[in-house]
Amino acid sequence: MSESSLGSASEKSAQPVIAAVPWRERAQEALIPPLVALLVALICGDLLILSYGQSPAGVYRLLLEGTWGNAYGFGQVLYKATTLAFTGLAVSFGLRAGLFNIGGESQLAAGGFAAALTGLALPVGTPLIIALLLCIIAAGCAGGVVGAVPAYLKTRFGAHEVIVTIMLNFIVLALLNWFIAGHLHVPETLHTPEIHAGVLPRLSDLSPTFHGSAANLALVVALLVAGVVWFYLFRARGGYELRAVGLQPDAAEYGGISVGRVWMRALTFSGVIAGIGGINYVLGYKHYYEDGFASGAGFLGIAVALVGRNHPFGVLLAAFFFATLSQGGLAIHAFVPKQMMDVLQGVVIIAVATAVPEVRRVLRGARKRSDA
Amino acid sequence: MSNASADSGVPAIRMTGIDKSFGAIWANRGASLEVMPGEIHALVGENGAGKSTLMRILGGLMKPDAGRVEVNGRDVTGWSTNDAITAGIGIVHQHFMLVPTLTVAENLVLGCEPKTRIVALDYRRAADDVRKLSSDTGLVIAPDRLVSDLSVGEVQRVEILKVLFRGAKILVLDEPTAVLSPPEVRELWTVLRGLRDNGATIVLITHRLDEVVELSGTITVMRAGETVERIKTSETTPAEIARAMVGREVSLSAGKRVQPLARPEGPKPNQGLEARNLHIMSPRGIRVVDGVSFSVKPGEILGIAGVEGNGQTELVEALAGLRPLFSGDIFIDGVDVTRRPVAARHDAGLSHIPEDRHRRGLILEYSVADNLILGVQKHFAKRGVLDKDRVMEHALEGISAFDIRPPNPLLAARSLSGGNQQKVVIAREMGRNFSVLLASQPTRGVDVGAIEFIHAQLLEARAKGKAILLVSAELNEVLALSDRIAVMYRGKFAVVMPASEASEEVLGEYMIGTKKGNAA
Repeated sequence: MSESSLGSASEKSAQPVIAAVPWRERAQEALIPPLVALLVALICGDLLILSYGQSPAGVYRLLLEGTWGNAYGFGQVLYKATTLAFTGLAVSFGLRAGLFNIGGESQLAAGGFAAALTGLALPVGTPLIIALLLCIIAAGCAGGVVGAVPAYLKTRFGAHEVIVTIMLNFIVLALLNWFIAGHLHVPETLHTPEIHAGVLPRLSDLSPTFHGSAANLALVVALLVAGVVWFYLFRARGGYELRAVGLQPDAAEYGGISVGRVWMRALTFSGVIAGIGGINYVLGYKHYYEDGFASGAGFLGIAVALVGRNHPFGVLLAAFFFATLSQGGLAIHAFVPKQMMDVLQGVVIIAVATAVPEVRRVLRGARKRSDA
Repeated sequence: MSNASADSGVPAIRMTGIDKSFGAIWANRGASLEVMPGEIHALVGENGAGKSTLMRILGGLMKPDAGRVEVNGRDVTGWSTNDAITAGIGIVHQHFMLVPTLTVAENLVLGCEPKTRIVALDYRRAADDVRKLSSDTGLVIAPDRLVSDLSVGEVQRVEILKVLFRGAKILVLDEPTAVLSPPEVRELWTVLRGLRDNGATIVLITHRLDEVVELSGTITVMRAGETVERIKTSETTPAEIARAMVGREVSLSAGKRVQPLARPEGPKPNQGLEARNLHIMSPRGIRVVDGVSFSVKPGEILGIAGVEGNGQTELVEALAGLRPLFSGDIFIDGVDVTRRPVAARHDAGLSHIPEDRHRRGLILEYSVADNLILGVQKHFAKRGVLDKDRVMEHALEGISAFDIRPPNPLLAARSLSGGNQQKVVIAREMGRNFSVLLASQPTRGVDVGAIEFIHAQLLEARAKGKAILLVSAELNEVLALSDRIAVMYRGKFAVVMPASEASEEVLGEYMIGTKKGNAA
């Protein structure tokens, strides 16, 4: 009966079992809460549409037809989703380390500007792959520099990244405006000349059904970046350390992780991701940098990261969803003001922020009851 | 002795056949509790035995799946917290729940503020009420002091006053002595006895068997959600209680040091830990560690005793590289690590069991497997990518060797009981190669079975020639394990003595500063 106190532990220890949470439970938990939030938003949308004297069913049908219903609309959704995916990934990458990057706006603009400069500087006839790589690297570096400034000020002087990134938005956007207006613009416009090298093929070049839409291969770059972010966060040692810092900085420090270095890395790469996003407009759509092209996309990236629950694949879905709303606003403009979609975006964000924890709690409760 | 309890009459609390499950886990399974009015009743059991759940059901914070709760003979099953408070049940939680920026009086009246006709809060009346209650019960406290200025012991007094203020007749105290110094504990006992003599019924949840024996009239022992025993304290011994709690024989190494534990002399492969003239400043510029020098040799355990807040925490953090030194030098296994970061100290052979596992020791959202590589993650990465198979293999080894339950490496650390969380920390820190171990409060908040296991691990490491610095608020623990004992008082070592010359009484005097020693 009474064993020696030293040996007892291993004798009575149970056989270890590797048991992951079943995928069905995980899928439920990942998908049901945002769907509930969407439902709430749709109900609010109904009320708004009714208040304009229109039929909700009709307006929603129009919305779907104008977005997913035809190749042009779908292409436009994909185009808009691409930029949002970049800024959303950028914000979520920072948030995984516990940092709030509000600077997506200026990082995106800086990236686009650098891509345009590179495209202008390269001689006509530079092989596409090389030109693209150089433009993308330039865009990433520019965004990274803008992201590294708040990172440095935070680690070195303790300046709060939210304040610094907001202020940097003003500084960087004003500087870019000055460059364009003062030095580089085509007369009578606020954009640069068209680039000679590094033009990204559009989807319509590959399949004529997308004719006219701006969707281009930057979409593929966005998917690649999402894959890289996922791998880094969940498979690489650096991601292990980054998430540790985001969850419990004290424990990370205890584990020999340099919190300052992780902050530096997280904000810089957050800037890199947002910066690369600049290629969607510059290399894929207009082929020049235009002042103000990034307007709103950086901030919407925060919402995308929130709704995507900081998971790279969730962010992709959320970017697609927000792009649909934004494109849908144009489709229904004849019947209700397109600003209704802005209202709906706001409702979705609030619903996700408040309803998700609540729905999750209810789900867990239901599961508990069914187990018992 | 002067216990008013009698086995006749209506029990103050009677809980029968209580079931409560969370998913597949039963927190309570047919648990029962019967407490007579006017007695101090001890509720004991290992971590996760279901004590807290039972008390939450009593306090109306949870509803049982099955069973019946009676208070003073009235069936109150499934009542609300408000009902419970109105019926005179007061729970003093393990973690304090006061507003630090308010005064004592303001905290006490929070939620039931006396009002004048015009002003929202009649502060004078509140303060008077508090003063009267304070002198009636012997819980002395000035009503207009800010809670943030109080010591831990005083904060607890306020917590107790708070439930009394609400008219509690049945008090539940969850681990009340976990954070108190020995003199504060004695004071608390006096107060509790006084309350009992005035007719209060007290349920005391505790891990410490000496407290159970000293204070309670009756004991209820829980194990794995069930009530396994209800005994009169006068008819049992600590060893019997421990056996009932764990379900098997336990060596009470944390009890009085009856016989020295076996300590074979080990080889001496390393040079241990050396600290020279350490000074540490708090962020506010106060000297929290003031000229401490010591060395821990391989195969030696140096115990540091002292009332919490005398610089122990800061000392350990500075040794681990988590807090800047003002001056001094630190050597780990002969390597000067004074200006080296945490990771370099790991490489030099340092392991560290931190005092606060929730803040430092674990990343609660991470799985057990991921927690088991915290600090050594670089050894599990190839060209920057973590090798999942090796992480999992490592986790399975740690789980078996240290008996972590439930034995699933993918569970989040948050979902483990306190004792098992601590085992994860210990498995990580002691499962790898190290020459120096900082063990800070290694058994805080863990159950008897786990304490015994952790003590055995420490002694085994000592036998293997590791140098161990043990910091503990448990005097018994320091006495039972250490070769030498230092007492820390106001940032200095008040005394360093061989464990053979130390006793609780001797150390106690140095701890509260009545005796000043000749620390080297």
